[in-house]
Amino acid sequence: MTKNLRVKSSEFIDETSRISFKFDGKTYYGFKGDTLASALLASNVHLIGRSFKYHRPRGIMTSGSEEPNAIVQVNPNSNITEPNARATEIEIYEGLEATSQNCWPSVNFDIGGINNFLAPFLPAGFYYKTFMWPKSFWKKYEFFIRHSAGLGKSPTKRDPDIYDHRNIHCDVLVVGAGISGILAAKNAAKNNYKTLLIDEKNELGGSTIFETNENKKINNTFSSEWLKKEISEVKNIKNLEIKTRTSVAAYHQYNYLLARENLTDHLEKKDKKNKIRQRLLKIRAKKVILATGALERPLVFNNNDRPGIMLSSAVKKYIDFYGVACGKKNIFFTNNDSAYESALSLHNKGIKVDAIIDIRENSNAKIIKKVNEAGIKIYWSHTIVDTSGYKRLSDISIMKLSNDGMSVIGSKTSISCDCLGIAGGWTPAVHLYTQSGNKLTFDEDRNIFVPKADNSEQICVGSCSGDFELDEIIKNLSNKLKNFLNISQTDFEDISLENDKETSKRNIWLLPSDKPTGKTKPFVDYQNDATAKDIKLALREGFRSIEHVKRYTTTGMGTDQGKLGNMHALGIIADTAGVKMGELGTTTFRPPYTPLTFGTIVGRNVGEFFDTFRRTPMNDWHIKNKAEFENVGQWKRAWYYPINDETMHQAVQRESKAARKSAGILDASTLGKIDIQGSDASEFLNRVYTNAWSKLAIGKCRYGLMLNEDGMVFDDGVTTRLGENHYIMTTTTGGASNVLSKLEDYLQTEWPELDVYLTSVTDHFATASLCGPNSKKILNKIIPELDLSDENFPHMSFKEVTVDKIKCRIMRISFTGEQSYEINAPASFGEAVWEKCIEAGKEFDITPYGTETMHLLRAEKGFIIVGQDTDGTMTPIDLQMDWIVSKKKYDFIGKRSLYRSDTMKENRKQLVGLLTEDPNIVLEEGAQIVSELNQKPIEMLGHVTSSYFSPNLNKSIALAVVKDGKNMMGKKLFIPMENKNIGVTISNTIFYDEENKSINAKL
Amino acid sequence: MFLINCPYCGERDQQEFKAGGEAHIERPKQPTELSDDQWAEYLFMRKNIKGVQFERWNHAHGCRKWFNMARDTSNDEIKAIYKMGEKPPPQ
Ligand SMILES: [Zn+2]
Repeated sequence: MTKNLRVKSSEFIDETSRISFKFDGKTYYGFKGDTLASALLASNVHLIGRSFKYHRPRGIMTSGSEEPNAIVQVNPNSNITEPNARATEIEIYEGLEATSQNCWPSVNFDIGGINNFLAPFLPAGFYYKTFMWPKSFWKKYEFFIRHSAGLGKSPTKRDPDIYDHRNIHCDVLVVGAGISGILAAKNAAKNNYKTLLIDEKNELGGSTIFETNENKKINNTFSSEWLKKEISEVKNIKNLEIKTRTSVAAYHQYNYLLARENLTDHLEKKDKKNKIRQRLLKIRAKKVILATGALERPLVFNNNDRPGIMLSSAVKKYIDFYGVACGKKNIFFTNNDSAYESALSLHNKGIKVDAIIDIRENSNAKIIKKVNEAGIKIYWSHTIVDTSGYKRLSDISIMKLSNDGMSVIGSKTSISCDCLGIAGGWTPAVHLYTQSGNKLTFDEDRNIFVPKADNSEQICVGSCSGDFELDEIIKNLSNKLKNFLNISQTDFEDISLENDKETSKRNIWLLPSDKPTGKTKPFVDYQNDATAKDIKLALREGFRSIEHVKRYTTTGMGTDQGKLGNMHALGIIADTAGVKMGELGTTTFRPPYTPLTFGTIVGRNVGEFFDTFRRTPMNDWHIKNKAEFENVGQWKRAWYYPINDETMHQAVQRESKAARKSAGILDASTLGKIDIQGSDASEFLNRVYTNAWSKLAIGKCRYGLMLNEDGMVFDDGVTTRLGENHYIMTTTTGGASNVLSKLEDYLQTEWPELDVYLTSVTDHFATASLCGPNSKKILNKIIPELDLSDENFPHMSFKEVTVDKIKCRIMRISFTGEQSYEINAPASFGEAVWEKCIEAGKEFDITPYGTETMHLLRAEKGFIIVGQDTDGTMTPIDLQMDWIVSKKKYDFIGKRSLYRSDTMKENRKQLVGLLTEDPNIVLEEGAQIVSELNQKPIEMLGHVTSSYFSPNLNKSIALAVVKDGKNMMGKKLFIPMENKNIGVTISNTIFYDEENKSINAKL
Repeated sequence: MFLINCPYCGERDQQEFKAGGEAHIERPKQPTELSDDQWAEYLFMRKNIKGVQFERWNHAHGCRKWFNMARDTSNDEIKAIYKMGEKPPPQ
């Protein structure tokens, strides 16, 4: 039976709109304004999930994004499911469904709970120690570990939601809309700074907005009332943009911040439709004001994790903001005055508070008097030594603390309760501050890390800067703002303030029990189940660095990054190791502050927008003619053109034969093209290519190889001299932009004296490559006036012509070994020229072929493809292309490296041909090559780089790089594959037409 | 994500730039005169300083100009930006 613990209508909850939702299959009700956590608490549901390692029952600890325990799977089994969502942040809506995580078969009966009883056998580092031996068993262990561990379930279907990115530039960004953030944003905006105010919650005002403490007053009214007026003003300032439900995930250098704006998660399904779900804000701010507040610390004592044990500040927010009591019998456990405020909040609404356990000896604060008047019993100098209640807290046991706080004395008292609010003090939320690269300093007196220094681009204000009391917050805020914003006054510097002063302090990181630590379970990191015992074990085993202890015990490594327990971990390490906390430092807080969905990160860049595609001017023709496409860099290139139901192999075999027998045509538009002009153009080419360029006649083409300075092949292509000071260079498709960058780099930084201008013209020309013995006849039909004789237009030369008024550049060059013409037309006429070739070629059965056939044809000729047959470790000598390296030139890029001892050594891998013993077996590219099958360890001599079945030779051919391959011509080697060993023989790299007869087929 | 003040275009986001390694390493004018060790010094040896480091940067998605940057690698503070051929600023 669910009891309703909603006690008083709150102004923040709309009790006129009732909302139904499901948790673990059961229907509950809440109101508009509730979070999943507040609505469940109102129904007296505390048990939300099971812990990660011991599967202990866990409940709601907090009321915000720092929640370690109450994490749920939202909308399970749907394509919009989301794992690891914090119940304390989920705003309920009609139809919401959520389930517990990390439990099977159910949260009430969880088989993994057995781990809790095995706990003595599961200390820190247990997995590392146990499952690493014997080594070969790891795979089996891993299977079971992975199946019993894990938090939520990731969605298996495509995310149907829409995500977006937005760039924002502002003068001042204020993170956090508590009282400090509101006042900071207001004063910035009013002083003509374009300001952006962000808060992760759906309402402004932080914890002050529900503050009814009579000891915290501004201008003689409740601080909440005063702040509400400020907020209504702030909402109408023109210069100020306010974003709620927006969580800053990352704070990078130069005030670049990423924030996730949640737009529809709180809406009903029908209202979510066609709306952007989440938006990633990429914010570049001139100045950043961090007003991120502070997080309340728990206390670390034996069995401090039972459902019903919560932060005292959370108990206060649930009653004051949501109007929900978290229990019927409430107790607080504290080391400071703040728990007394929570106790009074409950008391004032008629909820019973049975006791306050305070580890301090006393306190003089005014609020203590009020608590006494309310008849709440205070146990000074006491601590909780144990708790009981498996799925819900039922009792606590308390004992008196010794003077040094290291042990307990006297007799044990047991008190029954169903809710325990724990208050261990406050930790400034400095996560974003440290992400920005700035340093913290440790305040020994108050046991907190605070920002070290403000600067002109960034300040921390309010409690994240270590100011916890209202008067010091307001006074320091005003002074900081004046300085930071360069203004003479703030509009709140004269307000009158009234607040209690905290005078008494006592901090004990690990509270003692009557049992030895080894027999207790004082949890430090709730989400990862790391206890004080684990930390002590790590120290005993020799870990000292906080980063090592963190990884060994997994403290702080959950989805909450240990927001609650990190300070205790440090404190316990410091106490145990006898060092000062300030000297230990902290672990690094990494982005994101709270988890981000992948959808938010990728934004619109999904599906066809994942990457940019480039298409050639002939693309439509390829599609019309049923081409299959291949991605080459960003290009979509025609791969092959299957006819009817041809397989790829069949299509490629047919295309390859046709290109050599009659005529083929290839879309080569994707080749990189760089226009090179200037009086030093020839000299420039001399320096960047391995061969000589000065003597290339105008109208002639030459193949060039470009190296890196380390002597390794970088790119290749044909460059044509168009005029005295004018060349057009072609590069590989994939290498185009790198080549241009490299050439620009040398021109700007090494040879600025050269008069050379580079322009990328890749997209300006479409290239149709006409090839085969009938190519000349086809070209003749298109341009009858051009003399195509080998004397007038020989191989490796160029003509500028017009084809039906279209100005074209034709290079007679060949990548197939066949007589071949590359027709370059202005891009917008590319398809027209292409179709002309097809039309004229009909009588010769012209066959369009794709990249696969191009690769096959060039392999038959032994032409390399940079990036396939080379991998950044091949010199031209390794490629057996010594002929292209000029001996006469004094220098070119990479020359000196060609005679370094390493590049000249014997036994380097060299490019060779491979023929299989069985001509029908086609090798796998990447397959390893060995000479001895029985040797152990077997020596890998090299690998296959290109491999095809050649229809023109009717046998399998391959290129490979092999150690000392140059000297192994005719040698038999093996390719060991999974099921068989394939015998191969090393051959020449040229398999077809070694005499180059096909280049000049007769007309 | 840095905010880089390109000497030709002004302040732009780091996304538009490409880092190009250590600055002020001049390509030897007469590589053939160098021993293997001397050549290797030019080719491979780069500093990795904690502190102010001089680097080459290229405004790849902008004016495509190369320039130099003095950057403190310990906190990513950009101390100075200056053009190719200019001397690094005194520290
Ligand atoms: Zn620029």
